[in-house]
Amino acid sequence: MVLVLVETQKGKFRKPAFELVTYGYQTAQVLGTECAALVLGTAEGAEELGKYGASKVYHVQDSSLDTMDSQVYAAVASQAASQLGAKVVVINHSSTGKSLLGRLAVRLNAGSVAGVNGLPVLEGGVFKVKKPAFSGKAISEYEVTSDAKVLSLMGNSFQPKVVGGPVAVEKLDIDVPAGRVVSREMKRVEGVTPLPEAELVVSGGRGLKGPENWGILEDLAEAIGATTACSRPVADADWRPHHEHVGQTGIAIRPNLYIAIGISGAIQHLAGVNNSQTIVVINKDPEAPFFKAADYGVVGDLFEVVPRLTEALRKFKAEQAG
Amino acid sequence: MKILVCVSKTPETTARIAFTNGNTEFDSSGVQFIMNPYDEWYALVRAIELQEAHGGTVTIINVGPAENDTVIRKGLAIGADEAVRVDVSPRSALYVAKQIAEYAREQQFDIIFAGKETIDHNGSEVGAMVAEYLDMPFISFATTLSLEGERATISREIEGGEEVQEVNLPFVVSAAKGMAEQRIPNMRGIMMAKKKPLNVIPPVPFEDLAVATSYTLPPAKTAVKLVSPDNMDELVRLLHEEAKVI
Ligand SMILES: Cc1cc2nc3c(=O)[nH]c(=O)nc-3n(C[C@H](O)[C@H](O)[C@H](O)COP(=O)(O)OP(=O)(O)OC[C@H]3O[C@@H](n4cnc5c(N)ncnc54)[C@H](O)[C@@H]3O)c2cc1C
Repeated sequence: MVLVLVETQKGKFRKPAFELVTYGYQTAQVLGTECAALVLGTAEGAEELGKYGASKVYHVQDSSLDTMDSQVYAAVASQAASQLGAKVVVINHSSTGKSLLGRLAVRLNAGSVAGVNGLPVLEGGVFKVKKPAFSGKAISEYEVTSDAKVLSLMGNSFQPKVVGGPVAVEKLDIDVPAGRVVSREMKRVEGVTPLPEAELVVSGGRGLKGPENWGILEDLAEAIGATTACSRPVADADWRPHHEHVGQTGIAIRPNLYIAIGISGAIQHLAGVNNSQTIVVINKDPEAPFFKAADYGVVGDLFEVVPRLTEALRKFKAEQAG
Repeated sequence: MKILVCVSKTPETTARIAFTNGNTEFDSSGVQFIMNPYDEWYALVRAIELQEAHGGTVTIINVGPAENDTVIRKGLAIGADEAVRVDVSPRSALYVAKQIAEYAREQQFDIIFAGKETIDHNGSEVGAMVAEYLDMPFISFATTLSLEGERATISREIEGGEEVQEVNLPFVVSAAKGMAEQRIPNMRGIMMAKKKPLNVIPPVPFEDLAVATSYTLPPAKTAVKLVSPDNMDELVRLLHEEAKVI
């Protein structure tokens, strides 16, 4: 069995959860087995995970699991995996998943691959799976030789696919150990898709000259429902919050569309965004290195180009809606 | 207070990424290596700051061959008190974690630091593994860490925001941007580093369970399509009809 450990946020499932079940379902097909989902803590609509290919959903309903303590989660998930006889456990490559993957590997005596972006294959009976490495500059293929395997799935690398209908949710009786980490506070920007999950990203660099100029970038983001990001010097200068910093030392993202505005395209910046599906670069310097990594480029003054692009997008959206 | 910092050696951030031996190994010819930035700038510096404020020792540990000693000496020059190198070329995160955990088990550290991830394998796994081997709490992606007596308050990066957590010593923590500011070693530090202990210990036997066996480079990008700054309708059309992203 392939067991996917599905995360919720405030009791609700979000897109990464459906991506994960889709991946688990397709992995189960490769391996000739079934995919089941494991849900921890308060959750609404767990039966819906069946739509994406979970043949069954197991729920450990204990409100102490509403906050994540990796020690507790790993204890519960590994017990569930053993009880259910799951050979492959898959989680999201998220702040929660990354905290768990290593623990699960140790507990289940499992080979682990972090941040996979392709389905595994069985080659002569050997389990192989690929993941991006060297900050997006290469792809590595892993061979997992242990009986048990744990994988974490890179965000936005598998689109959710409906393959069935809702399924039964079964309560799983597992002793939840007491945690040693106390969660005091969760501060999230409400109403915006977090960067690692965003399909559309509008990003600004030092070319914007100062925080007071971010309005034009926010207008553009708003026109298409994009999330905003920035280059490192922009975050370092506190023009923008740190969680917007993308790149080698910030976060790595892979949106469908990345619009880079007034960013030169230093190699450390590219390391965090070079896996984006489509890259648009707006820069007044035709020699800016970013153009080499771009699909579409506009050479011009961003203070003129960006408002024009926003207007064109608004017009396009209005036509689409009409 | 006893602090352990796990450090890794990685190619420098602008290094040319290429592979050799039938694409089974990283081609290190002409590549400069550095201490993994998360380990150096954030984990190590915060550990040293805590030691400066609360006393105790900072030990760095690396699992790797003798050529890693230059990176380890840099850590000592920045301010760690002593270093340990487990003398083996590791092939997986689990292997590295096992070696670190076996060493740390004897030593009873109060805090074990790791970096958020390495910039070569991008796994983010070692901290959690060490914590599990030692049955210790683990807090990942820490951006601030303050200590009052036995109790630490830590903020950590989560998707689109942050979480504040509390935990008692001992614990394992992985460090992200915000934890500290990079420190450049000074001449005195470099001189002193030469005299600080660097203990080389043998690995414990352990079998790898998952290993990277081959590498490929992503397909080269096709040339950029330039759009006139006066024709943003054209860019919108391309994004819609050609790229199909809006
Ligand atoms: C170890 C290491 C790690 C790093 N990690 C990261 C990282 O994670 N993320 C990151 O982003 N950087 C990182 N950096 C820094 C990186 O090398 C660059 O310095 C940084 O990305 C540059 O940011 P920028 O493009 O915003 O600024 P600049 O390089 O200053 O570029 C500004 C650009 O704006 C353009 N511009 C200016 N005015 C206008 C205008 N009116 N209209 C249009 N275009 C205009 C300019 O032509 C220029 O190309 C790292 C560096 C090191 C050494």
